[in-house]
Amino acid sequence: MTTPLGLAAVATGLAETGRTSGGEATLFWFIAPVMVIAALGLLFARKTVHAAMSVVLVMISLAILYVAQEAPFLGVVQVIVYTGAVMMLFLFVLMLVGVDSSDSLVETIRGQRWIGALLGLGLGAVLVGVVLTAADLAPAGLVEANADSNPVGVARVIFSDYVFALEVVGTLLVVAALGALVLTHRQRLTRQVGQKERADARIAAGTVLTPLPAPGVYARSNAMDVPALGPDGRPLESSVPRVLRIRGQERSVAEVHAEIGAEGVGSTPPERSITGEEEVR
Amino acid sequence: MAVLAGLAPALAAPLTSPVLAQATDAATTPGADFSNDNGWIVLLKAVGIIVFLLVSVLIAIWFERKVVARMQIRPGPNVHGPFGLLQSLADAMKLLLKEDINVKAADKVVYIVAPMISVFCSLLTFAVIPLGPEVSIFGIVTPLQLTDFPVAVLYILAATSVGVYGIVLGGWASGSTYPLLGAVRSTAQVISYELAMGLSLVSVFVLAGSMSTSQIVESQTQVWWFLPLLPAFVIYFISMVGEVNRLPFDLPEAEGELVSGFMTEYSSMKFAWFFLAEYINMLNVSAVATTLFFGGWRAPWPLSAINDGMFNEGWWPVLWFLAKLWLFMFVFVWIRGTLLRFRYDQFMKFGWKVLIPAALVWIVAVAGVQGVRQFTDVDLRTLLIGLAVVAVVGIGLSFLIPERRGQAEAAAGGEPEPFDAFAAGYPVPPLPGQVLPPSPRRLRAQAQGAQASGATATIEGSPRVTDDEQTDDQVADGEEGMPRG
Repeated sequence: MTTPLGLAAVATGLAETGRTSGGEATLFWFIAPVMVIAALGLLFARKTVHAAMSVVLVMISLAILYVAQEAPFLGVVQVIVYTGAVMMLFLFVLMLVGVDSSDSLVETIRGQRWIGALLGLGLGAVLVGVVLTAADLAPAGLVEANADSNPVGVARVIFSDYVFALEVVGTLLVVAALGALVLTHRQRLTRQVGQKERADARIAAGTVLTPLPAPGVYARSNAMDVPALGPDGRPLESSVPRVLRIRGQERSVAEVHAEIGAEGVGSTPPERSITGEEEVR
Repeated sequence: MAVLAGLAPALAAPLTSPVLAQATDAATTPGADFSNDNGWIVLLKAVGIIVFLLVSVLIAIWFERKVVARMQIRPGPNVHGPFGLLQSLADAMKLLLKEDINVKAADKVVYIVAPMISVFCSLLTFAVIPLGPEVSIFGIVTPLQLTDFPVAVLYILAATSVGVYGIVLGGWASGSTYPLLGAVRSTAQVISYELAMGLSLVSVFVLAGSMSTSQIVESQTQVWWFLPLLPAFVIYFISMVGEVNRLPFDLPEAEGELVSGFMTEYSSMKFAWFFLAEYINMLNVSAVATTLFFGGWRAPWPLSAINDGMFNEGWWPVLWFLAKLWLFMFVFVWIRGTLLRFRYDQFMKFGWKVLIPAALVWIVAVAGVQGVRQFTDVDLRTLLIGLAVVAVVGIGLSFLIPERRGQAEAAAGGEPEPFDAFAAGYPVPPLPGQVLPPSPRRLRAQAQGAQASGATATIEGSPRVTDDEQTDDQVADGEEGMPRG
């Protein structure tokens, strides 16, 4: 939350020097409240996905401000990398694990809340101090920095002045990725069972290869608990779900198909109409 | 919301204009010059883009149904309007008038916002796509492009990556299992395929020396990038199909497995928005492929040489742009009519073990060649000859690598086992290499045909050629009739 507030102060400073355009100021005053509300949303949202969405909103607004301050490369890369990849990964984990408001809110690290509050206050104090002590906030050197378009300027700085730092960071990331791979790697002890092996096993087992038959549909019942009739006219046990059979909730065909065997095969007219009021036969 | 979405490109334009002014100042490769634009020209272009996109979506739906129908030998929509052109209009009207169901278990706000995110982000891309060179609109000379800036292609990537939030959030907010599974698949798909997509574009940036769309088109005056950068184009093409959730990558909405995935719980207008976004995204990625690899609005080669480049000026290029765009749309439909959906593990394996490593290797290769060109005195011809030699030697060496054992055995295995129509007790089709025994019915038909033609030959004494034709016809008829028998 402190970040948007700090930015607000900086931008006000910019506006006072008279160097920012009116459009930029309008944009800022439109976006800043959105960012502050979204940042508060991160703190107070009850559902994790809502909190994540608040972060996404803050990131995109921040990117728009970057672009407005003539750093389009930074703004766009922020959206691609943080919003498009990092937060997406975050959402992926949230949805896969299924974290929601019903989860336990008991702190696992003792005193975490107090330490967090203290550190937050410290960060806030530092930022406010920096903003207040900054004397001259006029934008300087923008024209020279962006002389050969913004990405070229950024590339020059990164690949000349900071090339060593860049390589160190790159190495660090590769090491981290490798470390994650090594830590999560498990040796496969058995051969992987693929689609072909599964199919072969099913055929070798000699069981039914097709889906099981659906439950029976009769004039007076199309419920799950009545077996279908096979081509030979006998009820198929396997057409009733196993759970119902085990619970003993299966109905026999005779209950819905009273005339079976009595008048032979063929269509048997029902004894009553569907409403059960008037006699049909 | 539709109005707000319509304003999206218009909002993007003034925001980027200061940056853009500087881009045009850069003396090295001048991009499009927007200095003559005023407010209403920008508004006109923005509205024009929205109208173009919406009309194109209606046509695209009709086009897809018609082409898929032709591929399946049926007429397709042909009742409403000429050639059934008004069918998608009728469908859209029906969608608008249907009952808008809000699911009880849904997370209200996110559920409603998700389709809006999808549509809004899909409308952003065309703001930086150059539809043509400079033209005169009511006396004002301006490029046929809403805006452009030095990181325009990255901006497109950013817009698409935010657009996926619509799918993911829609799936999550529906409060139901199938949509959630669709959303999870969608996130995994984005993470793995957008990486390959971004990497494949890098080689275009390296060769064009810019990330601005108008400058990339400008850099393709000599040769379109898909030729020298063919591997990058192939990778981009595959990942762009994945990006818009089309077959064979439509796992987030796999009908056979997840009902309709992330949009299972959506109906009426909210569903229409997802639908709209999907088709606009198809147009978007096609436009990006056109701009980055197929020379944008530039006329194809023999036309571009006519009359000192007459077809590369004025309004003509819009035609070439649209032709290339719809070529890609046709390929989308063609793929849909041809390929089956991936299984999930195949899909992930393909993304991580094939596309991304290939893209990385290709970038290193392109950067190496570009480095040689930049920092040494080797001229282009020598370099190309050197590359050709390397390629030929590489291909030659690849013949020395022994084939995998299974394939080698299959190739050298000689005679396959004789065909057993009831192998292991089941009626089975022939295995690869096995042939069906000659059909007795066909033999009978042939014999009858020969008899009949022999009879006519003796009676009329007609020449042999006609007899052969007749025999062939009858045999063909017999074959056609066989499945019925």
